Amino acid sequence: MKAGVKYLAWLLAAAFVFAGCSSETQSAKPEASTEAEPAGSGSPAADSGLQQAISQYREYAIGETDSLIVETEKFVKAVKDGDIDTAKKLYAPTRMYYERIEPIAEALGDLDPNIDARENDVEEAEWRGFHRIEKGLWAENKTAGYEDYADRLLNDVKSLRALMETVDVDASLLVTGAVELLNEVSSSKVTGEEERYSHTDLYDFAANVEGAKKIYELLRPELESRDADLSREIAGKFDALEERLNRYKSGDGYVSYLELKDEDTRALSQALDALAEPLSMMGKALGV
Amino acid sequence: MADRVERSPGFGETPISRRDLLKMAALGGAGLLLGGAGAGGLLTALERKGAAEKDRRYEAVPFYGAHQAGIVTPAQDFVVFAAFDLTTDSIAEVRKLFRAWTEAAAAMAAGGMIGDDNGNPNVPPSDTGEAAGLRPSRLTLTFGAGPSLFDGRFGLAGKRPPELQDLPAFPGDELLPEWTGGDLAVQACANDLQAAFRAVRNLARIARGKAALRWVQEGFQRTGGADPSGGTPRNLMGFKDGTGNPDVTDDKAMNEIVWVQPGDGPAWMAGGTYMVVRRIRIRIEVWDRSTLADQEATFGRHRASGAPLGGSGEFDPVDLERRGEDGQPLIPMNAHIRLAKADGVRILRRSYSYSSGLDRRTGQLDAGLLFIAFNRSTAKQFVPIQRRLSRSDKLNEYIVHTGSAVFAVFPGVREGGYIGDTLL
Repeated sequence: MKAGVKYLAWLLAAAFVFAGCSSETQSAKPEASTEAEPAGSGSPAADSGLQQAISQYREYAIGETDSLIVETEKFVKAVKDGDIDTAKKLYAPTRMYYERIEPIAEALGDLDPNIDARENDVEEAEWRGFHRIEKGLWAENKTAGYEDYADRLLNDVKSLRALMETVDVDASLLVTGAVELLNEVSSSKVTGEEERYSHTDLYDFAANVEGAKKIYELLRPELESRDADLSREIAGKFDALEERLNRYKSGDGYVSYLELKDEDTRALSQALDALAEPLSMMGKALGV
Repeated sequence: MADRVERSPGFGETPISRRDLLKMAALGGAGLLLGGAGAGGLLTALERKGAAEKDRRYEAVPFYGAHQAGIVTPAQDFVVFAAFDLTTDSIAEVRKLFRAWTEAAAAMAAGGMIGDDNGNPNVPPSDTGEAAGLRPSRLTLTFGAGPSLFDGRFGLAGKRPPELQDLPAFPGDELLPEWTGGDLAVQACANDLQAAFRAVRNLARIARGKAALRWVQEGFQRTGGADPSGGTPRNLMGFKDGTGNPDVTDDKAMNEIVWVQPGDGPAWMAGGTYMVVRRIRIRIEVWDRSTLADQEATFGRHRASGAPLGGSGEFDPVDLERRGEDGQPLIPMNAHIRLAKADGVRILRRSYSYSSGLDRRTGQLDAGLLFIAFNRSTAKQFVPIQRRLSRSDKLNEYIVHTGSAVFAVFPGVREGGYIGDTLL
């Protein structure tokens, strides 16, 4: 999490009505159009294609948040039971559900700082959430005293789920959200500054990339019909980045960030930039 | 590229006499030369000329031509040098990159913005914007290819010029990988550092997915405005640097010393040149505590005037035979200018000072010379000179080479063409 709410926060001021997305929209298939037209131009084909992506994303985000609740409950139980080993094991995989949809959370008031602030992102008295507990588990090697933080984390995650119903997702949010996810990686995961005590940054990295890829996949049919070259380039760059990241897999997870050498970090960072740049052009291609 | 005959190539400034004239017009300090209340027709004309001169420092340098700009162009005040490595294996992608770079370079050199999407709120702007509204500032962009481009990834091995090879190791080198090599080079020079930086930064952005920055070094010299005489700039050792350079306005000399001629090597290089870049760190703290005599003996010149030891004017001929009363040569046997001049082999130097923070281990300044030179044959020109220097130059006590790269600088670009099109 970065300090401060990003520009997505303007969504808070927007009408909190989920833009006409009901289950009926999901069954509508986009009609083939003879000419690509910008979204919002009134063309039913274009609009419904993007509307479908939006409603599918909403489903995805809600699904991830539901899983986040389930996994956080297990994590919280381990902390409250004093089972430090299990808590440590569950920490990073649980966070992945959050990291996949983080830009949405950032649009929802204080939830992101409450869930995901790092130590110097907020005042000490306000610091809570995953990383507070992370410090307890890894730096202090204990769970005692963190039970309250665990409870509050679970409550915050449930609040996130509730507020999900109200988020006004539009195509522009999707597009910028994908780039935001990769910017997250650039700003703190690729440098190992996210997980200061557990060094599980690569889990977060992978989850951010998965979240961005999901958005791309949902937008792909529309994107391919407008700019097949761009779509192909993005797909190729996702593959290249994933291939690189997979070199650091360990069992179901990833090696500690501390195992990366400078050249590893640099190669990951460059592969990330190579993906984020064309990804940032999706909005233009889609006319959003 | 020179607007007029200049005695000291490397500067875009006017001959001394006009500035002296301005001074003699009793306007007091240099700061009052322009825009002040004139006193009569002479001053008005001079004022206008002064204003026009000032304009020239920020005018555009044409991007297209028989040769690339930024080689015999009089040296601008700032450089941002960037080496890139290709991250693609596809020669088609390299062509695309070079086309995009050419388009951007031509736009920037003309003082314009890159691309068409600079007002669309929904799209990342095509130009990063920091040069918006700025004059072109004599921006030049010079592109080259390193030996590694010809390693087989792109099927270009058969086109590598025999001239283009990695430099041999020289005694005393302490080359760091992070300042060495590169598949491609871009030299951005301008009279405004922001304009030069913006150029490299935008080219790096355009290259994402095809090439990545390998190393970047900014450099500077005193600004033209700070030196009313328009003289040879001083390096960070306090000595005038470039006195012995060949005359860039002498086409015959340039064709001998700098420009690759048809028949020299592969046809695609005719009209290009070979560039040597050496990042030379100066042991500043040590130099600062050496005596003036020691410093002058190191270079073989007087510090204040730039005159060779035994001479009185900067441009006096360097007399290597002249001896003092003690029978010893006035210019010591290991003096820099003696060793650099031997054999009469010449190169075109176009170096800049650089400053890059501190060496974290020692707390000492990491500053020195970003040595840039152009020659028609590195093997026949730069290498023998550097071999001699690295073995015997007294200057070696005060410097260390920390970075190195060589590049084949492409011939000039015609309108409608693109950088490297004679090769690709």
